[in-house]
Amino acid sequence: MSTRKIFKRNQGATSSPKSRLLGLATLFGLVTLFVFAFFLTDPDVRLHPTTGEEIGQFDAVRLLYLHVPMAIIGPYVAPLVGAVASVGYLIKRTQWWDVTAHAAIEVGAIFCGLVLLTGSIWGRPVWNTWWEWGDVRLMTTLILFLMLLGYLALRRVAPDGQKQARRSAIVAIVAAINLPIINRSVEWWESRTLHQKSTLSELKIEDLTFFTLMMGIVVFLMLFTWLVLHRFRLGWLEKESLEQDVLTSIEERRSEATVNEEGTL
Amino acid sequence: MTQFFNDLFLVAMKDLRIEIRSRVIVNQVAPFAVLVLVLFGFALDADQRTLRLFAPGLFWVAILLCLLLAVQRSVSLEVINDSLLGLKMAGLSPSSIFLGKAMAVFVQMIFLELFLTGGVIIFYGTSIDDLALWIVSGLVAALALSATGTLYGALASGLEVRETLLPILLLPVLAPVLIGATKAYSGALGESVTNGWQWTGLLSLFALAALALGAMAYGVLVEE
Repeated sequence: MSTRKIFKRNQGATSSPKSRLLGLATLFGLVTLFVFAFFLTDPDVRLHPTTGEEIGQFDAVRLLYLHVPMAIIGPYVAPLVGAVASVGYLIKRTQWWDVTAHAAIEVGAIFCGLVLLTGSIWGRPVWNTWWEWGDVRLMTTLILFLMLLGYLALRRVAPDGQKQARRSAIVAIVAAINLPIINRSVEWWESRTLHQKSTLSELKIEDLTFFTLMMGIVVFLMLFTWLVLHRFRLGWLEKESLEQDVLTSIEERRSEATVNEEGTL
Repeated sequence: MTQFFNDLFLVAMKDLRIEIRSRVIVNQVAPFAVLVLVLFGFALDADQRTLRLFAPGLFWVAILLCLLLAVQRSVSLEVINDSLLGLKMAGLSPSSIFLGKAMAVFVQMIFLELFLTGGVIIFYGTSIDDLALWIVSGLVAALALSATGTLYGALASGLEVRETLLPILLLPVLAPVLIGATKAYSGALGESVTNGWQWTGLLSLFALAALALGAMAYGVLVEE
């Protein structure tokens, strides 16, 4: 169904029966994830092989069930969707692609900010620092976050319409292309990364921990989709409203001109 | 193809001629660069050993700040009297305009790099250990900075808040250049034992990507 038809049927609201269903499923998923992450899974406690002392991340590990899914979506999925939609806009030059890119990047920026925040909170007890300059993923995410903020700043100040869409598309594409170079440069810059290697690919984690992490990824993908959907529809309404304002203004000027002409005659 | 390069040199020479006549880089940006070096000295407590150690980073931060001014100036040349429209109506291709403007900024950056190198030698007491690395990394970094700066200058042009928007857009993108150029200069100035040529390779990759992207994207940006 086209975007215009959805709005007409829902009287301009940003929700539709299907998006409400997705929203409810996401809410249910989030509640379940919180129960699993904060109550059902065990804290990370191990015994030191020689001293027998308790070591590990303890309860701080619970934050990773939220941090890891957000770290997949914020710095990877969202900028990728934004860049693909921006390329789509430059090829097709239709509003749909532009609004999609804006929605994905705006939601992605929020996720990136939350990744940095939760990572910092988690890092304090586990790494014994709020911030680690030499960590590749941390630095890459921060620079990406700043680039996404730049994109959003540009969208706010650039004139509406094609000009804004063109400029924003270039910024989104450059950000996506630049990302591997930033990653490589930070990796060479300081190799004292504290981030652990992917435990998912090596299957070091199992059972309930693995299930909760997987559930987190699915739930946060649903949340991302739901948020992007609503932001997209809001963006579309903004564009429609702007176009309507322009049309109304033209009508008003025309009628004023007609009245003036009649008055002169 | 010859026409393309003719147009490119025409645009570059136009910008450079305006610069030579107005002397904004010489009279304003270069003194500003020296001021930044002196301010770093104040902030780091005038300890020449510390300054020498951080000289490569301070040098490139100063260059980045100067780049912002140079790009603002390059953009304003086209905004005044809508000169860009004139260039397009004269039949110049957008990519030749981009490369020409980038070349003009590149020449200005080289001038500023030479000037500031003198500054760090005098104020911070540094010396050049690897001349070849210093020259090549300086050239490649200037190319990367000027190409990216010109592209982002076009992105922010015509906006009322251009002066404040440009740093937010441009500086995060230039993070790899700052890291790479600082590391390469650390090697060239003998302040660390990093592999400066490896960093110069990364800078070259960035410069090529910025030039290619800019040449392709500039047409999209300037179309009305």
